[in-house]
Order: sequence, then structure tokens, then C-alpha cells
Amino acid sequence: MIQALSGQLLVGLINGSFYALLSLGLAIIFGLLDVVNFAHGAQYMLGAFVAWMAMQYLGINYWSALILVPLAVGVLGMVFEQLVLRRLYGLDPLYGLLLTFGLALVLEGIFQNAFGISGKSYPVPDLLQGGTNLGFMFLPRYRMWVVVVSIAVCFGCWFMIERTRLGAYLRAGTENPVLLQAFGVNVPLIRALTYGFGVALAAFAGVMAAPIYQVTPLMGSGVIMVVFAVVVIGGMGSIAGSIITGLGLGLIEGLTKFFYAPASDVVVFVVMALVLLARPAGLFGRQL
Amino acid sequence: MRRAFSNMALGGILILIGTAAAVAQVSGDVVKIGVLTDMTGAYSDLAGQGSVIAAQMAAEDFGGKVLGKPIVIISADHQNKADVASNIARKWYDEEQVDAIADLVSSSTALAVMPVAAEKKRITLISGAASTPIEGEKCTAYNVHYTYNTYSMAVGTGRAVVQKGGKTWFFIVADYVFGKTLEADTSKVVIASGGKVLGDVKAPFPTTDFSSYLLQAQASGAQIIGLANAGADTINAIKQANEFGITKKQSLAGLLVFLSDIHSLGLPVAKGMYLTTAFYWDRNGESRKWSKRFFERHKKMPTMVQAGVYSSLTHYFNAIKAAGTDDADKVMAKMKQMPVNDFFARNGHIGADGLHRHDMYLAQVKLPAESKYPWDYYKIVKTIPAPEAFQPPDPICPQVKK
Repeated sequence: MIQALSGQLLVGLINGSFYALLSLGLAIIFGLLDVVNFAHGAQYMLGAFVAWMAMQYLGINYWSALILVPLAVGVLGMVFEQLVLRRLYGLDPLYGLLLTFGLALVLEGIFQNAFGISGKSYPVPDLLQGGTNLGFMFLPRYRMWVVVVSIAVCFGCWFMIERTRLGAYLRAGTENPVLLQAFGVNVPLIRALTYGFGVALAAFAGVMAAPIYQVTPLMGSGVIMVVFAVVVIGGMGSIAGSIITGLGLGLIEGLTKFFYAPASDVVVFVVMALVLLARPAGLFGRQL
Repeated sequence: MRRAFSNMALGGILILIGTAAAVAQVSGDVVKIGVLTDMTGAYSDLAGQGSVIAAQMAAEDFGGKVLGKPIVIISADHQNKADVASNIARKWYDEEQVDAIADLVSSSTALAVMPVAAEKKRITLISGAASTPIEGEKCTAYNVHYTYNTYSMAVGTGRAVVQKGGKTWFFIVADYVFGKTLEADTSKVVIASGGKVLGDVKAPFPTTDFSSYLLQAQASGAQIIGLANAGADTINAIKQANEFGITKKQSLAGLLVFLSDIHSLGLPVAKGMYLTTAFYWDRNGESRKWSKRFFERHKKMPTMVQAGVYSSLTHYFNAIKAAGTDDADKVMAKMKQMPVNDFFARNGHIGADGLHRHDMYLAQVKLPAESKYPWDYYKIVKTIPAPEAFQPPDPICPQVKK
């Protein structure tokens, strides 16, 4: 029993680190731009597919893809921001939500048309094949890698935004863009970079996910709901909040899968309802 | 959610003008087939556009007309939703003079359309859906369940695996009607063949991460992990079972696996797995010949569901020809009377309950080294004769009592 439980907790932690990574990008985009990026799931899917295409057509391996794909998808995100999204700044966030939701549908439709619904298989890189027997479970090396990298990236992002000068500019860009501009900082550029960065994080998570999950056009739409719940529970826009909540919810979900599996897809939303009843701004959000 | 935005895609496609003056009775001077399938959802690779192409091929190969009247194929997306499916069916039967609806991919849509068809005295030719109630308590006089059902999957894979020494089972079940039916059917077969079921876990549908369920399956110590799910769920479960090293000590039994699933998984992951199928494109000269023609048009080899759509429609056209009319009662009588003999089935018979009983095949997925050319995926291990592959008619179906 204890053995089985430790295994489930570890698996929960692995899933939690995915949630943390995805909700991080979402929290950055919302916290700094006030945009509810509904395309986040599709951008995650795009990351996985671009990695697959890069391997299939250009022979680019996993390690290069881990760097190149987020860059490429991030640039696409910036183009989207410059051409369309920025026109909606200052309006009701609902407009941004609808726009990005539309983008998600378009992206998913294109990939479904091109690759079908069953998607493609991406192999685990040779270096991370195999795993370790922990006694209570067999831990694939790749999953270990996912946990370590996700936590490192999450911490790095939190540090950059909350503790560095660049992060201070980013935050100032939301708080008071006019004043920041007066100091000679190029605010529109900062915004485009922020959106691109958030999108790149989604694509990065997509590349990380590709060897584990089947790369399919709808892989993002399944996970995006949970990730939104994570961001809401953590407190909209709170970066540390979404990281901690992501990991925590992974654990709670893991336990549910063990004790009563059929409830595992609703438990996140039950937690969300309870948290919102007690703290309407989320666990780590500034109280309203 | 996105389904709500995708509109019903009505594609009127093939219109062949018949000029021959015929005396035979064909309602509306046209034989109209509606292919109602999953065009965009989870099952669109195993049915979808491929099913529509199969139907068009069936019409063309029959010469474009039957009894001198043109055959017309139309299609729509039922989005795997019962209400959408029954609404389209009603519209087709009432306003568009559709004579028969083909495919119907998920059990819920099939069970929703069948009573509509029976009420209008029109025909349903189900190829995609699998649940056994279709020929059991929910059966109608106007339905043919053509390609396969959960019972045949259970018998094929379940029995074969137990006979090969896989005595103890643990099920990972998609938590809805189809998964539960498949689990129940397979459990019966496993126990009857001398095996034992150690437990199960019901995973929400759809699930992307199966690691937790796989660990539970591993902890059960069962020799065989039965996957009572389909499509993307099966694909992810198989992929992750490999990753967690489960396939080294335990074996997977995919209870419903299509050629399209193996194609997207790739042989390095899927190798060695047993599965049951009604049709494999590379089984013999006849199946190859048809499948290659299909491939030219669809760029993918046909799944058993798509081949079933072609075969069921051809049988339907033959029955109209033999009956000299497209009157549903007379055509149904002919369809049940005439054996099916084509590249899909040898000596297949449609019973009073509407179930098409034909041979099924136990296949094993090839090792990457054994695969010589594209789509060379299966070894046919065994032919399961029709009486063994399908259950006898169940008296719970009113048509059987008569």
C-alpha cells in the first residue's frame, strides 16, 4: 500500500511539473499583458508538432529541438501579437480571450487536416531511454528529466520576473506603461517579447511532452482546461502561485487516480470551486 | 467545445445521371445513401473521410446505378453526438429521400439513429459502432450490424491470449458504456477460457496520462493488461506502458485496435501486440487489390470500418437488384437471405437480429524488422470462424423470436 502510494505520488509530481510549466506561461501572459491566452494549449501542441516535423523532415534531434522549437514558435507568437493581438490591448479581456480561442481552433483544424486525429509518435531520445528501479516503482529516466527541467525552468522564470531589472521593466509595463515609456523604454517591444516568451514556454512544454504523449492535434485542448484551473486556483497572474499550485494539483490528482480513478478528471475543478469560495482571488493572488 | 463550432458538413458529392428507362420500383427515382460518420473527432481516422470514399467507390464499382436508377452518396459529420446524429438522420429520411444510412461510428450515435430508421422504415448499415446491444435489446428490423462488435473483439483477443498462457488479467477501462461493455464481454471470455480477472481501473474518457493506471496494473501482478478503450486512449496507454517498462514483464492486450492506430504508433512501440480485426488489407490478393485502389484515393490503407462500409453498401445494392425494388422490407429480406462473398467476407450471413456473422482474424503486430513495405503491419495468426467469432442470436431481440 505504502509502496503503491509512493509511486502514485511520484507520478503525480511528474504530471504536476507539466501543469506548472504550462500554467507558468499562461500566468506570465495574463499577469503582464492582461490577455487570457486561450491559444496556450494549441501553442503547446504546435511545439510538439514542430518538434516532430523538425525531426521528420529536417533531421533535427530532440536536444536541438528543445532550444530551436520554442524560439521558432515564440517568434510566431510575436508575429501574431504584433499583427493582431496588440490591437485589443486596453479593451475588455473578453476580446483577447475570443481571439486566442479562435486562433486555437484554426491551429487545431490545420493540423487535424494535415495529420489526422491519431497524430504522430515521437521517440524518447537515446540518452534518456530506460530508467531506474526505485523498489516501489520503475521510474523512466525521461520522466525524471521532465521533473528536473520543469522545476529549473519554473524557478528561473520566477527569478527573472520577480527579482531582476528586466522583470521589473516587464511588471512596470503593466502597472504604468505611459510612465515606463516616458523613461525611454520601448513598451510595445516589451509586450511583444513577453507574449513571445509565454508562447515559447508553451512550445517548450510541447517538446518536453512529445516523447511521452502521442503528438496529436487535440493534445492541447485536453490539458488547457486543467491548466486554466491551476492558474485560477493559484491566483490569476501570480507566477509563484501557479508553479506551486501546478505541482500541488498534480499530487492531488495522482492520489485521486489511486483511490477513486473515475473522479480524477473533476477533482481539479472541485478544488477550484472550494478555493474560490474561501479565497476569491486564488491562493496566492492579491485579495480583491 | 470546439465541436459546437464546426458546422454539419453536408457534402453532396456523387451524382450520376441515369438515362436507362427502367420499370423497377425505386422510390424517388434515385437510390440515396447517407454516410453518417465522425469527420473531425476522435474516430475520424478510422472512419471519417475514408468511409465516404469507400461509399463512393462502392457506388462507382456498381456502375453508378442500380435497377437503372442513379446511386447518390451524401455525407455528414455526426460529431459522435447522439442528438446530432438522430437530427441529421431524421432530416435525411424526411426531406432528402435517403434510403439507407451507412457507417455510424460510435455506439451512442448508432443507437440513436436505429429507432429513427425503424420508425421511417428505412435502413441503417452500421460499420463503425461496436456495442452488442445493437443486435440485442436495442435491435430493429431495419438494421445491419456489419463489420464487428465488442463480443467478437473479446472472443478473438481474449481467448487467444488466455490460450497462449495469459491467465491473469487486469483491465484499464474507458469509463463509459463502450469501455464497460468491452470489459464485461472480455471478462466473460477470459473466465470461460480458464483465466482469472484480478481487477480493473476505470479511467475517465479521454485520458492522456496513463502512468498512474499502468502502475496500478503493474502492482496487480497480472500477466495481461487488457485495454478496454479505443483511439487516442489506446495509443497513449500503449506508448506509456513501453516507457514504464511494463511490457517487459507483462503483456498488453488491445481489445479494440485499428490499423490507423498502429500506423500512428509505429511498429517500434506497437510490435508484438495481438489484436482482432475483421479485415486486413494485405490478407490476400482480393483484399490487396481493393485496398490499393482505395489507397490511391485516400493515401492511407483502409481500416476494417472503411472496408466494411464498401462491402455493406455493395451487399445492399445487390439486394436491391435481386429484390427488384428499394422497398426497405423486401431489401432487408434479401440482404438476410443472400450470403456475402467479396474481398471483405467469405460466406458471411446476416442473421434475424441484423448481425453480420463472418470470419474474424487474430493478428499480431509485426516487428520493425519483419515489415517489408509501407503499411506492412500485421501477421494473421489465426482465422476465427464466424460461429465462434460472434454470439448466437439473442432472443432478447424481438426479431429473433419471430
